[in-house]
Amino acid sequence: MRVGFFVTCLVDTMRPSVGFAAIELLEAGGAEVVVPPAQTCCGQPAYNSGDRADAIALAAKVIAEFEGCDFLVAPSGSCSGMIRTHYGDLFSADPPMLQRARALMEKTRELTDFLVNELKLARVPGRFDGTITYHDSCAGLREMGIKAQPRALLAMVPGLALRELPGCEVCCGFGGTFSIKFGEISSRMADNKCQDIAGTGADAVVLGDLGCMLNIEGRLRRRGDMKTRVLHVAEVLAGRKPKS
Amino acid sequence: MQVASMHFKERAHVKLHDERLQFNLKKMQGKFVAKRRESLVELDDFEGTRDSAKEIRNRALENLDVWLELFERNAKARGATVLFAETPDDVNALVLEIAARHAVKKIIKSKSMVSEESALDHAIEAAGMKVVETDLGEYILQINNYEPPSHIIGPALHKSKEEVADLFSKTHGTPVKTDIAELCLEARGVLRSHYLTADMGISGGNFFVAETGSVVLVTNEGNATLTTTLPRVHVAISGIEKIVPTLEDTATLMRLLPRSSTGQSISNYVDILTGIKGAGEFHGAEHMYFIIVDSGRTAVLASELREALRCIRCGACMNHCPVYQNVGGHSYGWVYPGPIGSILTPMYVGLENAQDLPAASTMCNQCGVVCPVRIPLPDLQRKLREMAFEHGLRPWYEHAALSIWSWFSQRPALYGFGTAIAVRALKWMGGCDGLIHKLPIGAGWTDERDFPAPEGKTFRELYKKRTAT
Ligand code: SF4
Repeated sequence: MRVGFFVTCLVDTMRPSVGFAAIELLEAGGAEVVVPPAQTCCGQPAYNSGDRADAIALAAKVIAEFEGCDFLVAPSGSCSGMIRTHYGDLFSADPPMLQRARALMEKTRELTDFLVNELKLARVPGRFDGTITYHDSCAGLREMGIKAQPRALLAMVPGLALRELPGCEVCCGFGGTFSIKFGEISSRMADNKCQDIAGTGADAVVLGDLGCMLNIEGRLRRRGDMKTRVLHVAEVLAGRKPKS
Repeated sequence: MQVASMHFKERAHVKLHDERLQFNLKKMQGKFVAKRRESLVELDDFEGTRDSAKEIRNRALENLDVWLELFERNAKARGATVLFAETPDDVNALVLEIAARHAVKKIIKSKSMVSEESALDHAIEAAGMKVVETDLGEYILQINNYEPPSHIIGPALHKSKEEVADLFSKTHGTPVKTDIAELCLEARGVLRSHYLTADMGISGGNFFVAETGSVVLVTNEGNATLTTTLPRVHVAISGIEKIVPTLEDTATLMRLLPRSSTGQSISNYVDILTGIKGAGEFHGAEHMYFIIVDSGRTAVLASELREALRCIRCGACMNHCPVYQNVGGHSYGWVYPGPIGSILTPMYVGLENAQDLPAASTMCNQCGVVCPVRIPLPDLQRKLREMAFEHGLRPWYEHAALSIWSWFSQRPALYGFGTAIAVRALKWMGGCDGLIHKLPIGAGWTDERDFPAPEGKTFRELYKKRTAT
């Protein structure tokens, strides 16, 4: 099974260790992982900013790079959601491309979903001594149906205790460029999230999307919380610490 | 109504720091969300009912002209007059004309958001007549110097009990009350006298039923029943999209509307008003008019945003919207706030006057998953963003940033090189705590948040090294 790993631009630039953790998990599940070297961005920033032409160009690039794989897996509900639910719209007026887009859409998976439902991972290499709480990122939850998968995987991590987050399905306020265009509203939403996280008393908040991670961590630290760790689910499952 | 949607950001800033409003918003939201959830459990097939509701609304919109004609025919047969208003000004002109024809001096109104679009109350007062809002929320706003509504089903939801108590005491010259029931009684006392002395009653219309020529009113206070049946003249005002083919269809929509909105299985009152008072009948108006309003709706119908017209105005999208819940309805600057407002407002008042509204969304799609008629609200917001982008309405620096990113993203070698430099620079900026406290571009982020610094090398560099060894 050839799995094309879509790194995502945020993992590529901000937290490469998440990418390596994800690959480790995929390989632990028996997948042959390939990383198309010229990949960049799925086109979501352009798409959500109304720049359709650039979004189409980037989507075509992703399709060409990944259509030879059996699956496309991304450590992000947002990027996998972009590909799986929106590429069809981008090529609605271009039947040949639409067909290729559809084929890729069908084999696009979010990491935890792929680990649980395709690779049927029964054991994970990681270990975590402490309590965590989990934030459900919007696109993962509402576009990709990611809810039970990360929890099932986290339950396999020795030492880890999950304390559910009240309002875990409420948006953290990231929203891509929204976080800069409407920084004040975005920060307030992040602050609400941080309050809920603080309320759980967990040692770490775990999630599946880099955008939300940067947003939540950024607000936690500005609030003066230097202790609560913000971790990608892949890091916890693989037992990798972020390099800093 | 005056449009202030171009000042969304500034207005939101004020509201974010209005502690009383923040308190009121938090209190209200929990209630709506929980009640809706509880009431949906009673439906054995919620998702199936949503599908039917969507289909009913689509069927109505696909042949809107046919249904409108049928409605007109049936309403006329029952003695009502059907009028069409193309613009908000036409709405006001028609109402004033009807009032003049029937020598009206005093008008009472039950809730009508469409009449807010044209600021009908002001037009009525300017013409020298008295107008009294009878919906409790609308009444509160009216006596508070015509404060704009902040929510489509609870126009005064942004106000606390205490604020209302003070307002009542000031306006009515009564002692300040603390009990909600007492406050309601006080309002009722004031309003009762107006019901009996008004010449004309104006209502909105939740649905216009084509097969019977009826208007359906969904309310909780009973004021709409009195407003539409006691005065000599009844005028029902609503948008062209409110047409529903049959009563059966209305029943299906009614399974979802109160549940999605207030979490009730059924609202306290559902009025279905058909025609004028007949011979020997005791209740009803002697003259009945329908004002069916376009005001930008046919343009929406012909656009890619058509699905927005399925809206049955339940308010669920705003009750669940994390942006609305933080900035409140007034930030949106016109009649319709929240996710559906962010689509309707630019379409009705011009995208150039309201382009921030569709942009002010994280696209979390919480609205889309609760909408009873399955309007894909984030997708429609994105369509509006595309229109704004195409028409060059966004600021140049936004365009520039986006173009640079897209340009590099299509050139992997340059992208790899550029990102490698950028992550090193950002890591350096992060210092020893790994946090960037101020980004030269991107102050929107760092004003109230730190920016966690990157690890310092890109994945592609590290991966290349790993596979090389
Ligand atoms: S868009 Fe949907 S959720 Fe929002 S008010 Fe209309 S019907 Fe209700």
